[in-house]
Formats: sequence, structure tokens, C-alpha cells
Amino acid sequence: MDSITILKKKATEIRCNVLRMIHHAKSGHPGGALGMADILTVLYYRYLRHDPLRPDWEERDRFLLSNGHTCPVLYAILADQKYFPDEEIWKLRRLGGMLQGHPSTAWEVPGIEVSSGSLGNGLSVAVGMAMAAKLDQKGYRVFCQISDAECQAGQTWEAATAAVHYRLDNLCIFLDWNQCQIDGHTEEVMDVGDIAAKWAAFGWRVHEIDGHNYDEIIAAFDSFAQTAGSNKPTLFAAHTILGKGVSFMEDDPNWHHGAPNDAQLKEALASLLVVS
Amino acid sequence: MAETRRAMTREAYGRALLEAGKEDERIVVLTADLAGSTHTKYFADAFPNRFFNMGVAEPNMMGVAAGLAMSGKRPFASTFAIFAAGKPWEQIRQVIAYPRVPVRIVATHAGLTVGEDGASHQMLEDIGIMRILPNMNVIVPADANETTAVVKFIARFDAGPVYVRLSRAPSPVVFDEPPPFEFPAATVLSPGNDISIFACGNMVSVALEACRRLAEEKISAEVINVSSIKPLDAETVITSVTKTNAALTVEEHQIIGGLGSAICELLAAELPTRVMRIGVQDRFGQSGKAEQLLSYYGLSEQQIVVGAKEVLK
Repeated sequence: MDSITILKKKATEIRCNVLRMIHHAKSGHPGGALGMADILTVLYYRYLRHDPLRPDWEERDRFLLSNGHTCPVLYAILADQKYFPDEEIWKLRRLGGMLQGHPSTAWEVPGIEVSSGSLGNGLSVAVGMAMAAKLDQKGYRVFCQISDAECQAGQTWEAATAAVHYRLDNLCIFLDWNQCQIDGHTEEVMDVGDIAAKWAAFGWRVHEIDGHNYDEIIAAFDSFAQTAGSNKPTLFAAHTILGKGVSFMEDDPNWHHGAPNDAQLKEALASLLVVS
Repeated sequence: MAETRRAMTREAYGRALLEAGKEDERIVVLTADLAGSTHTKYFADAFPNRFFNMGVAEPNMMGVAAGLAMSGKRPFASTFAIFAAGKPWEQIRQVIAYPRVPVRIVATHAGLTVGEDGASHQMLEDIGIMRILPNMNVIVPADANETTAVVKFIARFDAGPVYVRLSRAPSPVVFDEPPPFEFPAATVLSPGNDISIFACGNMVSVALEACRRLAEEKISAEVINVSSIKPLDAETVITSVTKTNAALTVEEHQIIGGLGSAICELLAAELPTRVMRIGVQDRFGQSGKAEQLLSYYGLSEQQIVVGAKEVLK
């Protein structure tokens, strides 16, 4: 198998685990988690410099999930990478479990870099980490996932401004541009317009990509790997599909959150496994 | 009456921060377009690469400070109290208090003594909204020298976030030199037997004046400087009130949520006692001179004397 085929199979496995854990928890947010599975798989299985056995390794690249409700995809990846035992994912959203409904460093989950859940907060923390790397002249990079709906939040643009001002070319954002949010399609709730153009206007290097096309994802990462010295932060404006891979969830804002029932889980897993 | 000696807590902060910065290069400083007013400018001039002006963007500043702290830095984030506690409260809750990230939030321009700028800038709710956050520590130094001691202490305090409340106007001098400071911080400044007067910040010197006035009327008041509202020094409070059986609190803050509330919460549970709370009575301030405002809103030595007698009736 070529490496892209291997990555795609891994992403399918991650998607299946996202669905299984949300089904088991009987609550959660499957839509965004499925939508970002491809980019995060490429990140964790190909680009991120990290060591699951040493989650506090100082030189590690950081990945911060700002739209925290999509955490099942991150939990599935971290479990698969042995940051913590698989059993933890069956305690998702349960009293006493470390895998909270929205991820937090307060619970000392190996591999979790920021407490998120309140939209708009994560990017600022990522900016702070990228600034620290610059200050210490360390080579680690900071990756952060945000959503298009977070581009409705003022704080996102405060952070976007600061990242350019402080020339954070060690910072890379994945913008999950699925055009869906909890109340409906973004265009109807609060149209954010051409956000790729907005980020570019703020001074960011913007790669507009199909968030499910591995050639485009890999090309964007390869390009970011060469930005050191450019003095500009990078954003992947990733066109994604909410619920990607599960036909009845795709682009349906009703699947922003909600657990599949037994029959839906079966159908969803079947549709994912057929494609792969 | 002799002219009261005064010194600015914010200036003491700026000087102490500079000294701390010389000793520890992990210290980084952030401000939101208020380097001059918060006196973080001394640090900025000495260590430009460790100083970050974040512009008028306090929510982002708090997140960035958290990111720096999580990467091994010891950040101080400073702006006016209204913009340090109020505007980014949610960010402080989510990315600083909840994950217990040691960010030092040092807020200047708290309270009525901001003066002419008026109610929009007179932060009177910050002690309340900060101390309600789990993991948060809240310090109100009594004067410039105690501020110096506090800065030295928090520079090395990595166990959680801290909110420090300072003033704009020069504060009456209480301590001739930086006193010892450790959590929990409450110190009996003037011992007495009839009533316990708990004060913080600018009100400590006012309480000491009132104590002298009460002594002339044969009332023996004990004045306690409650420097850390959280953690509250329960032992010192209980010991004092066990002796006096009467309590009065005085603070440049709303009577709801601040020092008075903290003392009442403790006493209600441990030692039910009548408590008179002197502070701003659930209203907003207005423009005026600092001293005029304190007197207009009842934060005076006279009011403490009247209040103490009322409690002892």
C-alpha cells in the first residue's frame, strides 16, 4: 500500500472510533469530528514531531484543538497513538473519566495541550506558545484547529492580529470551513463570507484546500514546513464536510451534535467501511 | 492632622517587576496598550524582548499569557482592573483558572480612587468575580511597600493563577518597608478587644485612623490587614473575632462579593457574628476627585467610627 492509502485507512479507523465512542457516551458532537479526521490523521501520522511516551517533551510540536467539541477525533487519535489506554475512550463524558465532554489540561490528559470548549479561546493560547518558542529560539511548531464559526468571535481576530504582529511563522492553523454550526448553516446564522480572503488580508499565508484531498493536505503541510524565516503565520482554509464519510450526517447541521442510536451506528460504520 | 505620606502601588509594582525580571528570565510581561499607566514600562525598557504589548485586546492577552505560562514562562499581565478582570473574565476562567495556569494578573486603577474618569473605569466588582473562580488567588496589597513584597512573592508562585489589585492614586503608606508576605495573608496591625476591623487596600490606612479615633472614645478596635482575600486566613479572622465578638469590614469595592462577603461566609459557617460591611452600597461610582469620592460613598474614617459604634450598640 502507498502511504496515502495507509493514511486514508487510518482516518477511516479513527472515524469509526469517533462514532463508537459518541454512541457509547450517548452524547457528543460527531459532525465536526468526522470532518477533520483527514487533516488530523495526516498531522498526527505524518507531520507532528511528538512522542506519545513523553507527552511533556519540551521540543514537541503542539496541537491545540480550539473548537473543543470536536474532541472525539482527537481522543481517538491519541488513544490509537497510545497516549493513554483505549479503555479511556469508553469513559468519555462519564463522571470521573478524564476524557471530558470538552478537553482540558485540568484533567492531565496526555496529549491534550489546551482547555477548550468556549469558542474563540484556543488560538490565543496557541499564539502564546508560539511566542514562547520564538523567545526560547526553539524549533517546535504550534498547530491549532479552529472552526469557521469561531471566525464570528472577536477574540479570533485579536489573536490573528497578534500572530502577524509577532511574526509567528511557527504557527499553523487548520480552519475547519464546513459552513455549519449548531443553529444551522453559517451563511444563515452569521455569514462569515470569504474567510480565506479575510485571513490573507490580516497578513497570513493562506492555503485554500479541500480538507479531504490528501494530495492537497500534504502539499499544504509541505509548504508550511518551509515557512521558517517567512515571518508570517500560516492558515489552511480547509473546505470540509460536516459528518464526512457518513452519508446521512454529511452537511446536516443537525449532526453538529447528537449521538447515533444503535441502528444509525451500524449504518454509519457500514458506510465508512464500504468506502475504504 | 499631619499630611499623609503616600506612594503609588502601581509604581512600586513596576519597580519590583523590573527587579524580579533581572533575577529571573522566565518572567515575561504583557499589557494591553497601558505600559505607561501600569508602570510595566520599566520592565519593557529593560527587557524589550520579554515584553509584549498586545494592543487593546484583553481577551487575547489572557489567552496568550496562558500559552506563555504553559511553555515555561512566568507571565505578568497588566492593565486596568476593569479590563483585567471584567472584559476577559471568561478567558481567565477557561484557560487560566480551570487548568490552574500560573498567570499573574496585576490590575491597576481599581476602585473609586480612579477618580475623574468615572464609573466606566472604577472597577468595584473585581474581587468578587475573581475570588469566585476556583483555583484563583486574590491579593489586595495595603500600600506600595506591601505591593513590592507581593510582587516578589508571586514572581516565584507557580501553584496557580493570581489576581493582584492595585490603585491609580497614590496610596497612604502603611508599611515603612516591604513586610513579609505569604499565603494566607492577614495581619493584625493594631491589636484590640472590642471589635475586629477587617480592611484591604487603601482602606487599611483609613481603618487605622478610625482605630485611633475609636481609642479616644475608649473603644478598643483590632485592625486586620487582609492582604489575601483568597486564600483567606481563616485562623487570623476566627482568632480575632473569638476575642472581640464583633466585626466590621471595609473595602473600596461593592459590599457584595468582596472582602466583606468573604468574612461573612467564613463567620456564618464557623462563628456566627454580627458583621457591618462598609464599602460601595451596590451602586456605580461617578467622576470626582479620589478623596471626594471615598467620602461621598462612605469609605471614610468617620463612617467606620459610626459603623463600629452601631455594631457595638
